[in-house]
Amino acid sequence: MSNTNPLLDVSGLTKHFPIKGGFPIRRTVGAVQAVDGLDFQVSEGESLGLVGESGCGKSTTGRLITRLMEPTAGRISYRGQDITHAGRRELAPIRSEIQMIFQDPYASLNPRQTVGKIISGPMEINDINPEGGREKRVRELLEIVGLNPEHYNRFPHEFSGGQRQRIGVARALALEPKLIVADEPVSALDVSIQAQVVNLLQKVQRELGIAFVFIAHDLAVVRHFSQRVAVMYLGKIVEIADREDLYDNPRHPYTRALLSAVPEATVDEEPRERIRLVGDVPSPINPPSGCRFRTRCWKATDKCASEAPPLVQAEGNKPGHLTACHYPETQETIPAPRLAKDPEAAA
Amino acid sequence: MTSTDQQPFLSIKDLKVHFSTEDGVVKAVDGLSFDLAKGQTLGIVGESGSGKSVTNLTILGLHDPARTSIEGEILLDGQELLTASERELERLRGNKMSMIFQDALASLSPYHTIGTQIAETYRKHTGCSKTEARKRAIEMLRRVGIPQPDMRVDDYPHQFSGGMRQRAMIAMALVCDPELLIADEPTTALDVTVQAQIMDLLKDLQQEFGTAIIFITHDLGVIADIADDVLVMYGGRCVERGTKEEVLRDPQHPYTLGLLNSMPSLYGPVDVPLTPIPGAPPSLLNPPTGCRFHPRCAFTEKVSGGKCSSESPLLEIVDGRGSACHLTAEQKQELFADFAATRHN
Repeated sequence: MSNTNPLLDVSGLTKHFPIKGGFPIRRTVGAVQAVDGLDFQVSEGESLGLVGESGCGKSTTGRLITRLMEPTAGRISYRGQDITHAGRRELAPIRSEIQMIFQDPYASLNPRQTVGKIISGPMEINDINPEGGREKRVRELLEIVGLNPEHYNRFPHEFSGGQRQRIGVARALALEPKLIVADEPVSALDVSIQAQVVNLLQKVQRELGIAFVFIAHDLAVVRHFSQRVAVMYLGKIVEIADREDLYDNPRHPYTRALLSAVPEATVDEEPRERIRLVGDVPSPINPPSGCRFRTRCWKATDKCASEAPPLVQAEGNKPGHLTACHYPETQETIPAPRLAKDPEAAA
Repeated sequence: MTSTDQQPFLSIKDLKVHFSTEDGVVKAVDGLSFDLAKGQTLGIVGESGSGKSVTNLTILGLHDPARTSIEGEILLDGQELLTASERELERLRGNKMSMIFQDALASLSPYHTIGTQIAETYRKHTGCSKTEARKRAIEMLRRVGIPQPDMRVDDYPHQFSGGMRQRAMIAMALVCDPELLIADEPTTALDVTVQAQIMDLLKDLQQEFGTAIIFITHDLGVIADIADDVLVMYGGRCVERGTKEEVLRDPQHPYTLGLLNSMPSLYGPVDVPLTPIPGAPPSLLNPPTGCRFHPRCAFTEKVSGGKCSSESPLLEIVDGRGSACHLTAEQKQELFADFAATRHN
C-alpha cells in the first residue's frame, strides 16, 4: 500500500450509465450509478480481491480497469501513465500488458476456432513472433496451464468447463501480461474443478509475478487467492484491507454481515455469529443518501443519512485497513439479536 | 399425518432413470434408494450431471415419459407414484408435494401477477372462490416476508427483486401446505445475504408445518446449515449417506472427502494450495466401469485386485449411515486421518 509507485492507481473512478427515456425526444432521465468514486492501488505481483453482491459494481470496475469501458469520471493510471481516456492507439501497447479472464468458459471462447488459434490470437493481433514460432509458444502455454500440448488442433467443444477455463487462462498469459483482471473465473465451475483452476491461477501469479484483480462473490475463494481484499457495496468500496485484517477483524457492518452469511461446510460445536440483513440491495439508480448501506444497517443514525462516510483508516485499524463507516464495528460490541428490524418497517 | 412409524413418509427404492438419446442411453440415476421422514430435511449434494435434479423431477412426475425409462419404486405416504395416473399426479402436485426451482424468474409467468399465480394453485386444489384465494395469496406473501403484501400481490414478477421472486415462489409452493417440498438449488442464484434469509425462512416454515424437505445443492456449506441428513451423489449413484454431522465431520467416501478438501474456508490457513479432485465428472452415456469415482480417486491402488475398476462397491446402510467404497473401515481411518487433522484443529 505504502509504495510510491503502484502498477495500477485508481482514484475517484466513477461510471454512470445513462438511462434514456421520454418520447418523442429521448433524453437522459437518470443514471445507474454502477461505480461511484473508487480509490485503490495494485502493486506489482500483488493480488487484490474485489468482493460484493450482484450489482455492487465489481464487474464494471474490472471493465473500466481494462478500459473496455470509458469511465465517467476519475483517473486510472497504469505505471504512472494516465489511461483514463486514452484512445485506441495509445492503449494498444498497454492492452497487451493488461489481460482479462472471463466468467463463462463457454461464451468466452470462439467455437469455430481451434485452441491453437484462440491462444495465438493475441500474438497475431499484436504482431508478436516469439522465438521458435507462435505454435511452439502456444504449446508451452498449454503445458503451463496443465493441458496436453497435443490439444493444439482441437476445438473448445471437446473440452470440459474446467479445461476451457484453462484455455482462457492460457490466452490471457500469451502476451506475458503484468496485470490480469479475472472476473468470477471459477464461479461457473463445479466445486471439485474450482480448486483446480484456483490452484492454477495461484501458480501463475506466483511463478510469473503477475498482479491480479480478482473479482468474485465467493468470500472464501477471494480470501484464499488475494493478499488484499476490497469489499464493495452499491458502487463504493466500504472496506479494504489485508486479508487477515479484513476477515479476522471486519470493521464495516456490511463486511461483518457478509462474512456471517457465508455458510461454512463445518458442523460447529458453538454456532457462529449470525447477522441477518433485512431486505435487498437498493437500486443503484437511486441509491440511499449518505452511507449507502444505511437502509440495511442496524446501527444507522441520522448522521448516516446525511453524511457519506469517507474511506479512512478508522481508529484501531492497522495501516492500510480503510473503512467507510461512521460507527465502525469493534469485536466487543455485538448486540445479540441482530435481526431487530421488522421487514414491514424496512420497506 | 397418516404415516406410521414403520413406514417412512417418502420412500424411494432402487430408482433407475434412463434417457435414450441419439448418442445412446444416459443412465442419469442408477439404483438410488432413500427414505425421508416428516419434518426432516434431506440434503442431496452432487456436481452437475450427478443425477440429483433428475431424481426429483421423477418424484414429481415431471419427466418426459416418451424418452424416459424408469424402474424402481417411489412411495409417498404409502402411495406408489411411478404407476400413478397423470390425473392423480396432478392432484398431488402443488398440493401434497411441490417444488422450488433455481431460477425464479424463469419459473414465474411474466404475464400474470404474483397474486394470480399463487391463487391459481390454491383454487385448483381447494376449489375456493377468487376472493378467498386472493386473501390466501396475500397471507402467504406476508408469511414469506414480502413487505406490504396487500400491495405487492398485484405486482408482476419483473417488479420483484431476485430474493423477493424466490420468496414468491416459495409462497406458491407452500400455498396448499404440502407435506413434501423439493427445493432444487433454490439459493444458488442469490447473493449470500439473501441466501441466508431464504434458508432461515425455509427452516421456520418447516418448523411450523412439519414439511419434509429435499434440498438439492452443490454447496456443502448450505448443507451444513439446513440439512438433517445428507446424501452424496456421484455419477447417478449415492456414494455416501449419513447425518450431516457424520458426513461433514467424518466423511467415509473419497469423493466426499475430496469435495470437502477442495473447498477454501473462511477461517483455515491461507497460502496452502487447495487439494482439488483431479479430472472431471464422468459422462453418464459411458460411465466408468466398477466404482464410478475410481478414475479420479486417490486411493484406488490401496484396494487389492483392481476391484475399484471392475466391481461396483455396494452401498450398505446401517442406521442411516453408509458409503459405497471398497476401502475397509480401517483403511479409511488411516487414509482419511489427515483430513480430520487439518479440518478440526
